[in-house]
Amino acid sequence: MKYETPKARLQVNQNEGLIFEKSSAGKAAWKLPPLDVPEVNTSTLLGAAARKDLGNMPEVSEIEIIRHFTRLSTWNYAIDLGMYPLGSCTMKYNPRVNEAVARVEGIANGHPYQPEKISQGALHILKTLSECLIEITGMDAITLQPAAGAHGEMTGLLMVRAYHQSKGNARKKILIPDSAHGTNPATAAMVNYAVENLKSDSRGMVDIAALEAQMSDDVAALMLTNPNTLGVFEQQIHKIADILHAKGGLLYMDGANMNALVGKVRPGDFGVDVMHLNLHKTFSTPHGGGGPGSGPVAIKKILEPFVPTPVVVTKADGTLGFDYHRPQSVGRVRAFYGNFGMFVRALAYIQANGPDGLRQTTEDAVLNANYIRKGLEGTYDLPYSTPTMHEVVFSDKLQAKKGVRTMDIAKRLIDYGFHPYTTAFPLIVPGALMIEPTESESKEEMDLFIEAMKSIAEEVEENPQTVLDAPHSTRVSRLDETAAARRPVLRWKPGF
Amino acid sequence: MRYLPKSPADREAMLRAIGLRSVDELFAPIPAEYRLSRDLNVPRQMAESEIVDYFRQRSRENGEGYTSFLGAGAYLHYRPVIIDSLISRGEFLTAYTPYQAEISQGTLQSIFEFQTMICELSGMEVANASMYDGSTAAAEAVMMAVRLTGRRSVVVARSLHPEYREVLATYATHQGMPLSVAGFGADGRVNLEEIEKSIMPETACVLIQSPNFFGTIEDVAAIAEVAHKHGAMLVVSIAEAVSLGIVEPPRQADVIAMEAQSFGVPLGFGGPYCGVIATREKYVRQMPGRLVGQTVDKQGRRGFVLTLATREQHIRREKATSNICTNQALMALMVNIFMTVYGKVGLKELARQNLAKTAYAAAQFAKHGRVLFSGAPRFNEFVVETSEDPHAINNRLLGHRVVGGLPLKKFYPELGNAALWCCTELTTRSAIDTAVGLVAESEGPGRSAREKAGLEEVAR
Repeated sequence: MKYETPKARLQVNQNEGLIFEKSSAGKAAWKLPPLDVPEVNTSTLLGAAARKDLGNMPEVSEIEIIRHFTRLSTWNYAIDLGMYPLGSCTMKYNPRVNEAVARVEGIANGHPYQPEKISQGALHILKTLSECLIEITGMDAITLQPAAGAHGEMTGLLMVRAYHQSKGNARKKILIPDSAHGTNPATAAMVNYAVENLKSDSRGMVDIAALEAQMSDDVAALMLTNPNTLGVFEQQIHKIADILHAKGGLLYMDGANMNALVGKVRPGDFGVDVMHLNLHKTFSTPHGGGGPGSGPVAIKKILEPFVPTPVVVTKADGTLGFDYHRPQSVGRVRAFYGNFGMFVRALAYIQANGPDGLRQTTEDAVLNANYIRKGLEGTYDLPYSTPTMHEVVFSDKLQAKKGVRTMDIAKRLIDYGFHPYTTAFPLIVPGALMIEPTESESKEEMDLFIEAMKSIAEEVEENPQTVLDAPHSTRVSRLDETAAARRPVLRWKPGF
Repeated sequence: MRYLPKSPADREAMLRAIGLRSVDELFAPIPAEYRLSRDLNVPRQMAESEIVDYFRQRSRENGEGYTSFLGAGAYLHYRPVIIDSLISRGEFLTAYTPYQAEISQGTLQSIFEFQTMICELSGMEVANASMYDGSTAAAEAVMMAVRLTGRRSVVVARSLHPEYREVLATYATHQGMPLSVAGFGADGRVNLEEIEKSIMPETACVLIQSPNFFGTIEDVAAIAEVAHKHGAMLVVSIAEAVSLGIVEPPRQADVIAMEAQSFGVPLGFGGPYCGVIATREKYVRQMPGRLVGQTVDKQGRRGFVLTLATREQHIRREKATSNICTNQALMALMVNIFMTVYGKVGLKELARQNLAKTAYAAAQFAKHGRVLFSGAPRFNEFVVETSEDPHAINNRLLGHRVVGGLPLKKFYPELGNAALWCCTELTTRSAIDTAVGLVAESEGPGRSAREKAGLEEVAR
């Protein structure tokens, strides 16, 4: 087996049990100051509501906690370690100045209900970021309230529904291409729209004839990802918008792949009516092992009356404030104002880039994806030869002949020191390998990646079992997911 | 651009390798009429020092250095230093969702510990890996009860956080879920008779908060009995997680929807926070959000994976339990570290300090204003009614760099000049005494109009 790859080699890795297994009575990592008010009798104050026992909560010292989580951290892969080519996830560098400014006292400790006159700093950040995102998307207005992309989708479709309702008919269904992310149909269901699938054509784009046939007065909107999940720009985008608009429908754009467009083209200019952004993708806020995200929704003027409350406004005296009186609003989708800490980071990212940096970022992201495409074409099957934007999708067709599938190749990539690409998605490509390098990768890192992928392809020919059994270099080998789901163990219990 | 790792020569070499002459050719698939031929109108590229200056300035305009008595769903507790040391490790901060379990065991094990501790504290059997926040967790918990009971309507306590109620109303609108509201009594607790009257044969669940929006601890057992008698579930929202250190958890609930911000997540002007749903094992397959489970690898070694994914959108699409994908994982890690630091004894002592400060403050305020809802136990919040408009009182307090309680008229017009005050372990006795003294000025005799005008000038 080939452990000595140019990118990585093995080193000792610390073992660590569950925190509960280190606990013993009397250890503590906390110290409270002396109480400066009279002691109270809990049972007198709380009566039957007084809690007797905290169960199996741990008791450990500070050094044990530091070692515990530091050891756990070394079992993770991360952008900070190397390329993270997950397609449609945009795993780019998370700048550290973003983290520093999010922790400045008045920003980290601002209370959401503190009076507006001492919230001007936060309001200014909300306003400035809103203006930047409106400019970048070419839209007319925005709400920052949604907490993640899927939450933004829900907010966007709520506005779509409210818009149609205001015209007297909420309509019945949402068209969704077969290449779409799973959140799109799940969101449509939450807003009580039926989902109708739309087929892609042989180039991986929306089938215009099918769209024309399926478009009717019952269709509220088309949810389109552009570039789509194949990394392909919908070249007939304006035709698509025209078909929808001609029958009163709206064009929703899933902005998951906005990293291909910033500074080069604006969705508002090509007919989009409503779209969400993922600040944790395009605007560099950290993924943090699964979240937090932030999913602002940008809209055209026709949808502005329906935005969630509150809205930031400039008051008569020139100060900023919140407007809660929006009679046509879809209402609130979250308490307070959204994931404010992510707004701070996204704005810092925009400031660090400026217009020239944002454009260069997009160009590099697209250049990187095309470089990988060129490097692996021939080694892996390319099901769609349509030009690639920020990500490229191969299939495992050539390797499947030896019984090796996309997930096996992905697992073997781990041994070469890389995080896997996205596997088995989009659904329109059987055995998909979906690769998005982002702008954050150097030529050297990508050359290593291309070399690793070619080496795995050779292994598939010479010794497929090595790939089928991968990964070989990790703390644990492939885990039994079937057993985990059949008899779920979702928490620790004493005597485990 | 300092984040981009390529020299002009690298770009040239890569273009040549692809067989292109210029970057523009890469964008040829975009119809020319839509391509942007100008700079975006966003701030110019700034140096790191300028960015730091910009945000320091915003911080100074944002209540920096004020003492605050605000709670109402967002609480200022001390955050142990090691939380930020640990979550700043790139392996946690810059990792993706742990779908590739072999290289994500750190995140997975920490979520498993998080789920365990949430269960221990909440008295439930299973907890998910997080939801966006307390408000959306409550809405999703209600939708879960709707799926579990096959019934559609919901009875909501008026003492549930008003913004949580607004969020639920938004989620419910298009699900065909009628909402009815049950009021509160003179002791601040939900009116049991109103709850019972509101429950219909199609009522899926009763949703309450405890401690409720006024800080009052509800009689969960009694409410559960009423709900269960009529075949409805009980969903309990907990917005102040520190209460769990000293207040009996709502064990009689069927689903708990929590906001865990109090456990080590910064106030951050309202987010990101950390919602969680916890429930009974038998209901787990209707639970939204990610779950981590224990399993073994090929050699029989313990390991952790994301599990029961057939509930989720990436598998089930429009038939999923929720559309949630990205959650609040890094906040859950903060919460996990906080719970580990304080642990079995510390959480209780922490909660006891909150209780003591609040008892002291409420007693002091009672000397000058009317403290409402004294008939039931409370945790770390209380409602003070004054003769003067609390906005005017707060203006006066601001002049002394003190942020007073939240005026309730906007949410509860029936409460008139009432405000919701909060004390945590960080609230000092001298801050309480100062605030009480300033409130007393309007309530007691002898304050001249001139003095009032002068103070308000400072407040501006």
